[in-house]
Amino acid sequence: MSTLLDSHREDASRRDWQHILHLDAMLLFSLLALSTLGLFVLYSSAGGDDQLVLRQCIRLAIAFGAMVIVSQLRTQWLQRWTPWLYSVGLLLLIAVLAVGDVGKGAQRWLDLGFVRFQPSEMMKLAVPMMVAWYLSDKRLPPSPGRLAIAGALIVVPVLLIAKQPDLGTSLLIGSAGFFVLFLAGLSWKLLGGLTVLAGAGAPVLWHFMRDYQRQRVITFLNPEQDPLGAGYHIIQSKIAIGSGGLFGKGWLNGTQAHLEFLPERSTDFIFAVLGEEFGLFGIGVLLVIYSFIIVRCIYIATQAQDTYSRLLGGSLAMTFFIYIIVNTGMVTGLLPVVGLPLPMVSYGGTSMVTLMAGFGILMSIHTHRKLLPT
Amino acid sequence: MRVTIKDYLFESHLFMQRSVQALVFAGLLIAILVGRLVYLQVVAHEHFITLSDDNRIKILPLPPNRGLIFDRNGIILADNLPSYRLEITPEQIHDMPATLDELARLIEIRDVDRKRFDRLLARTPAFKPIPLRFHLSDEEVARFAIDRHRFPGVDIVAGLSRHYPHGPLAAHAVGYVGRVDERDLQKIDASNYSGTTHIGKVGVERTYEDTLHGTVGYRQVETNAEGRVLRTLVRTPPVPGENLYLTLDAELQHVAEQAFGERTGAAIAIDPDSGAILAFVSEPTYDPNLFVNGIDTDTYKALQDDDNQPLFNRGLRGQYPPGSTLKPFVGLGGLETGITSESAHTFCPGYYQLPGKDRKYRDWKRGGHGTVDLRSAIAQSCDVYFYDLALSMGIDRLHDYLAQFGFGKRTDVDISGELPGLLPSREWKRAMRNQPWFPGETLITGIGQGFMLATPLQLASATATLSEYGRRMKPHIVASTQKSDDPELAPVMNDPVMYIPIEDREHWHAVIDAMHQVVQGQHGTARKVGRGAPYTIAGKTGTAQVFGLKQEEKYDAAKLEEKLRDHSLFIAFAPVDDPKIAVAVIVENGGSGSAVAAPIARTIMDAYLIKPDTP
Repeated sequence: MSTLLDSHREDASRRDWQHILHLDAMLLFSLLALSTLGLFVLYSSAGGDDQLVLRQCIRLAIAFGAMVIVSQLRTQWLQRWTPWLYSVGLLLLIAVLAVGDVGKGAQRWLDLGFVRFQPSEMMKLAVPMMVAWYLSDKRLPPSPGRLAIAGALIVVPVLLIAKQPDLGTSLLIGSAGFFVLFLAGLSWKLLGGLTVLAGAGAPVLWHFMRDYQRQRVITFLNPEQDPLGAGYHIIQSKIAIGSGGLFGKGWLNGTQAHLEFLPERSTDFIFAVLGEEFGLFGIGVLLVIYSFIIVRCIYIATQAQDTYSRLLGGSLAMTFFIYIIVNTGMVTGLLPVVGLPLPMVSYGGTSMVTLMAGFGILMSIHTHRKLLPT
Repeated sequence: MRVTIKDYLFESHLFMQRSVQALVFAGLLIAILVGRLVYLQVVAHEHFITLSDDNRIKILPLPPNRGLIFDRNGIILADNLPSYRLEITPEQIHDMPATLDELARLIEIRDVDRKRFDRLLARTPAFKPIPLRFHLSDEEVARFAIDRHRFPGVDIVAGLSRHYPHGPLAAHAVGYVGRVDERDLQKIDASNYSGTTHIGKVGVERTYEDTLHGTVGYRQVETNAEGRVLRTLVRTPPVPGENLYLTLDAELQHVAEQAFGERTGAAIAIDPDSGAILAFVSEPTYDPNLFVNGIDTDTYKALQDDDNQPLFNRGLRGQYPPGSTLKPFVGLGGLETGITSESAHTFCPGYYQLPGKDRKYRDWKRGGHGTVDLRSAIAQSCDVYFYDLALSMGIDRLHDYLAQFGFGKRTDVDISGELPGLLPSREWKRAMRNQPWFPGETLITGIGQGFMLATPLQLASATATLSEYGRRMKPHIVASTQKSDDPELAPVMNDPVMYIPIEDREHWHAVIDAMHQVVQGQHGTARKVGRGAPYTIAGKTGTAQVFGLKQEEKYDAAKLEEKLRDHSLFIAFAPVDDPKIAVAVIVENGGSGSAVAAPIARTIMDAYLIKPDTP
C-alpha cells in the first residue's frame, strides 16, 4: 500500500514536459539515436543515392509524428476501441485476399482509391491489443478455455497473412500474440506441450509451404549448396560481416557493399553493411541501443497500472526484440532468410510507422498513469 | 476490495516474474547472436577478409609486346602495327543478330568473323568484350565513329598486331605467328601467355618464341560484383620480348627469290666462315600476313591444293637426291681414305659393269669420257669414275666419310621443321628394309642417286664445310638478340660443330681445284655460268632423276611430262681461295644443273660479292 502511494507521490512530482507532451524522454532519445545511426549506415549503403536517404528522413519524420499522435491517446480509449480495430483489420485481411493488389508476387495491398493500405501492418498492433483486451477482462492466469479463444484470436489473422503469403509479418504477429499469452501467465507445462506439438507439426507445415519458402529453409541449412543462387545472399553477408573484424573497414569503405556484392544492402541486409564498415564495435553500439529500448519498454510495462496496458506494453517490447533477432539472425546465417527489416535502420516506410505507433502506445501507457483510488 | 487489491498484487507479481523471464530469453538470444558475431568477426575474420578480397580483386594480365625481327642490315622483317579491332560486350546488347546485321552495313563482316564470334560468345561471360573484327581499315574506323552512338556495347579497341612488311619475302625462314590454339596450350607456360593471343607457328617466329614473347605483366584490379574493373591497385609492367637480328640479307634474299622467276625450288646461301645463312629461298612462297589473324578456309584450301605447294618449306624439308653434286665429297673421301690418288686413272667407256654381271650402269655421256682422273672426273662429272671409286671404297667407308659433312642428319638450324635427309648404310637397310646391301646400290650412291637424299640446307652446309677445309659450322639464321631497354646486341654464340680430320690438305685442294674447273675450266660442265665473273668460283652441277610421281601428287596428264623432268642442282662457293659465300640451288624439274640451277647461284653470288659502285 505504501509503495503505491510512494510511486504516486513520485509521479506527481514529475509533472514535467514529458507528461505534458505524453512522451518518454529515455525512449525518445534512444529512438532518435537509433535513427541517426541508421541514417549513417543507410547513407553508406545507398552509395551516393541522396534521394534515397532523403526519402528515409521523410519517413522517419512521419513515423515519429505517428508516435507523437498515438502517445496522446489514453489507454482506456485504446482499450475501448480495440475490438473494433481488430474486427475491421480482420475484415480487411479477408478483403485483401479477395481483391487485393499483387505486389512482388504477394497480395498484401488494399487500394482504397486514395491510398494503398496494408492491413497486415495494422494487425501488428491490433492482434496484441485484442488478446490483451480479452485476457484483461478476467483474473490471470487465464483458464484453458479462455486461452483457446485467445489462441484463435491470434491464429486466424496469422494464417490469413501467411496465405498472402507474408511469412515475416505473420511470424511477427504470431509472436506478438504469443508474448501476450506468455506475459499473462501461460503455464510452462502448456508451453512445453505446444513446443513439442510445433516440432511434430513442422513436417505438416513443410507440406503447406510454398516452393520459395522451402527453398529458403534448404538454403538456410546449407547455403554453399547454391552459392550463386539462393545461398548467395547469406554467403555474401557473412563475408561482409566477417571481413569487418573488430572495428570495420570504415564508413563508406565497405567493399562488399560498395562493389555491389551484397544484395538488398539498403533494406533487409543493412546489418551486414554496419558489420562490414563499423565492425563488432559498431554492432555492439547498435545492440546496446536496442537492448536499452527493450529494457525501457519492459520497465514501462511493469510500471503500468492496468492489466491491458501491461500485457500490451510487454508484448510490443518483445515484438520489437523479435524483429531484431530475426533480422540479425538471418543476416549472420543463424536463421533462414525471412524478409524482415532491421527496425529503424533498414530502408522502408510502412513497417516503421507501425513500429513507432507501437512506441507511441508505450509512451501513452507511461504518461497517462493516474492515481489509484484509495 | 481487498480481493481486488490482492488480485492486483498477484497479477503484478506474475507480470514482473514473466517480464524478467522474457528479458532472460531475449538476453540469451542476444548472447547467441554476439557469440556468432565474435566467431564471424574475430575468430574467422582472416578467412572472410580473404574471401572479401577474392571477391573484389582480380588479376588481369598485361601481354608483353613481341620482339621485332630485323635482317642483318636492320631492315625490318616482322614488326607490330597498331591495329584496330571491333569488340562487342554481349550484356550491353539487347538484340545481338540485329546489332550484327546493322554493323555489317558499316563494316565488312565475313562468315569466318561471324563464326568465330559465335563460338566465343557461347563460352565467354557476358560482361567480357568479344572481338568481332580485326584490322579495321581507317575508313571503317571513321565510318563506325560517326555512328557509334547507335551501338552501345560496341567498341573499337587499339592494339598491336604482327605484321610482315615485306610479305612473302623470306616467309619460309621468318615464319609467322597465329592465334594460340589447343596444341600450343599444352606446351606453353599458361600464366606467361595469359594475355597473349598469338604465338610463333613456324620458322624463326617459332624457334625463338621464348625470346620474342617476353614476360607477361599483371594489373591487380578491383572489380564490382559484375566483374567490371573499377580501379587498378598494383601494376607489374610486362617485359617486352627481345628483338632478333637475322644473318639474312634481305636484299640478297630478294635477288635470290627473283632469280627463280616462276620456277619452284630452293636456294640456300651460307657464309662458310660462320655458318650464317645469308639467303633462304623456298619457291614458291606465300604471304605470312594471311595467317596472323586466321586465314579463311578458301584461301587456305587454295594454298594447300596448289600443285607447287607454296606452304612446303623446300629449304628444310625438301629431300632430294643430291645427284652429281655429291661427287666432290665422294672424291675427297676416296683421296682421304687412300682408296685412290690424284693421279689414278680410270677409263670411261660410257658404262660400268660389276664384275661377273651383265647389267650396265650408264654414264650420262653416251660415248664415255675416255681416260679420266679425279679432277677431270669432277670437272666433266664422269659417272663411271665414281661408280668405280664408290665400289672400291665400299658403302661403309662411303657412309662414314659423307656423314662427317652432315649428310643424313639434321643440321639443327634455328628454323623449325627441319628434316634429316637420308645417308644410306648397311645398318639402315637392314633395320628399315630387312634386306642386305647390294654392291649395285653402292655404285649409285657414289653418284648421289638411289636411296641418298639431302635437303638444300644440308647441301649448302656441306659445301661450306668443304670450302673451309673441314671446319664445319652449324648453319644458323639468328645473329644476335637485343633487349628492349638495351641497345646493345647480344650475339648468339655459334662454335664449330666439328673439324673433319684432314689426312692431306692437298687432297682438299685438289677437289676444290676440280670444282673451280667445273665453273671456270675449259671443259667444266658449268663453264658458261662462270664466264665473266670478276671473282673465282668453285662449283658442281647435278641432275637428280625423278623416278616417278610422289604419292601425294595428283595425276595430271598435261603436267606429267614436266613433273617427270629431272631436278636441276648446283652447289658452289666463292671466291675459291677466301670463301665468302657457299650456295646450294635446287630447281625442281629444271632439267640439267648447268642450265637452270647454276645461273641462279651465279646471280646470288654476284649480288653478294659485287658491291654496287658508290656514286
